[in-house]
Amino acid sequence: MTSRLLQFAAPQAFFPLAGKLVPWFSFLAGALALAGLYVAFFVAPTDHQQGESYRIIFIHVPAAWMSMFLYVVMACWAGLGLALNTRLSGMMASAIAPTGAMFTFVALWSGALWGRPTWGAYWVWDARLTSELVLLFLYLGFIALKSAIPDPTRSDRAGAILALVGVVNVPIIYFSVQWWNTLHQGASVSLTRAPSMAATMLLGMLLMALAAWMYSIATALSRVRSIILERERDAAWVQLQRDGMRAAA
Amino acid sequence: MRAFVTVLRRELRIALRRKGDALNVLVFFIVVASLFPFGVGPEANQLRAMAAGVAWIAALLAAVLSLPRLFAADHADGTLEQMLVAPQPLALIVLAKIAGHWLLTGLPLALAAPLIGLQYGLPAEALGLLIVSLLIGTPVLSLLGAAGAALTLGVRGGGALLGLLVLPLFVPVLVFGAGAVTSTLTGINPSAHLSLLGAFLAVSSLVGPWAACAALRVALD
Repeated sequence: MTSRLLQFAAPQAFFPLAGKLVPWFSFLAGALALAGLYVAFFVAPTDHQQGESYRIIFIHVPAAWMSMFLYVVMACWAGLGLALNTRLSGMMASAIAPTGAMFTFVALWSGALWGRPTWGAYWVWDARLTSELVLLFLYLGFIALKSAIPDPTRSDRAGAILALVGVVNVPIIYFSVQWWNTLHQGASVSLTRAPSMAATMLLGMLLMALAAWMYSIATALSRVRSIILERERDAAWVQLQRDGMRAAA
Repeated sequence: MRAFVTVLRRELRIALRRKGDALNVLVFFIVVASLFPFGVGPEANQLRAMAAGVAWIAALLAAVLSLPRLFAADHADGTLEQMLVAPQPLALIVLAKIAGHWLLTGLPLALAAPLIGLQYGLPAEALGLLIVSLLIGTPVLSLLGAAGAALTLGVRGGGALLGLLVLPLFVPVLVFGAGAVTSTLTGINPSAHLSLLGAFLAVSSLVGPWAACAALRVALD
């Protein structure tokens, strides 16, 4: 079983597998997002404190969850690549990074749009907002470093070291920012959410979170396919595939 | 241990022969800190409240400015490759280079910081704390910065990239370092800040040299 799974560590074997999986995960992402949005807009009740504007939560919270989770996943792939010297791991890490950065940006952006009606400001130096911003910088640094190094092996390894240093630092940054915030601002603004969330709200959020998972997997897999093709363009199997496609066309 | 002392002495001797390099960083630090009042106005209370943050941010920028040179010269003339193949552990050599970097940039910055504190009207007690917090915090800049310098070694656009990589990692140092000074102004005991700064120094003394060594091996592969 293990050896059969491990054969997919070779880019050549993983490429067709990823190609088969992408439509499934894309379909699941679409279906779950539709269901989640339906629950979010038509089933979940209006919040008695925030009115309708709270519905941003259905985008905001799943995006924030994914942004943090994807950094850990990325660092795991990077660490695996560094330890076992597998080529695919580095490619997976580079495929995940843009999606993670996108979700971080979405979390910040939707947070700003949510903050305007509830807090009266697009941006407050709240601990969670600020650490999310630092997370975005970490993603951007990772992407910038990888794209600055032309040699793929070197770029993967350098990126891996940076991701590992970053993953050690993320919790430290989070707690230091929290500490900083409590000292500077006293009682800071917090989400004035009802103590217990309605079951339908939770359901909508979970559906959207699952949709975000499926979307991340689908985009990461299709992006890794492009990376594989780009890096293995001189390999015999890619040439064969290309010739086959040309003949079909 | 002999290797550590040898490399450290070499670093210091090279710096002594090119005094301008270390001096420029120090002047840059003071110039950046002196620019802030032009931007925000000369109101004394506001400046006093900003002083620690300004001094610390100027220190971070000065560190980032000085870091690309940490490995660049040795990389250019091939010394770095010799260090990699030397029988002495690479971590020891890297640690010596980091120590040299701190003695040439971090320490002078910490000693020059009271000058900025005086410009901003800090009381004597806060001036002392500014030095102490910089003494504990600037080694972190050299330790984590060495990792960034090694990662961007020989990479195009290395300087700006280095800043993008390491500045977010410096956030905890900035929070606790500037926080220690600011807290005394409001009469809070700064020891918690300093302890956390020390803890972060301990963590980065493990992470920094490891990452720098790994990155150097990758860069010279």
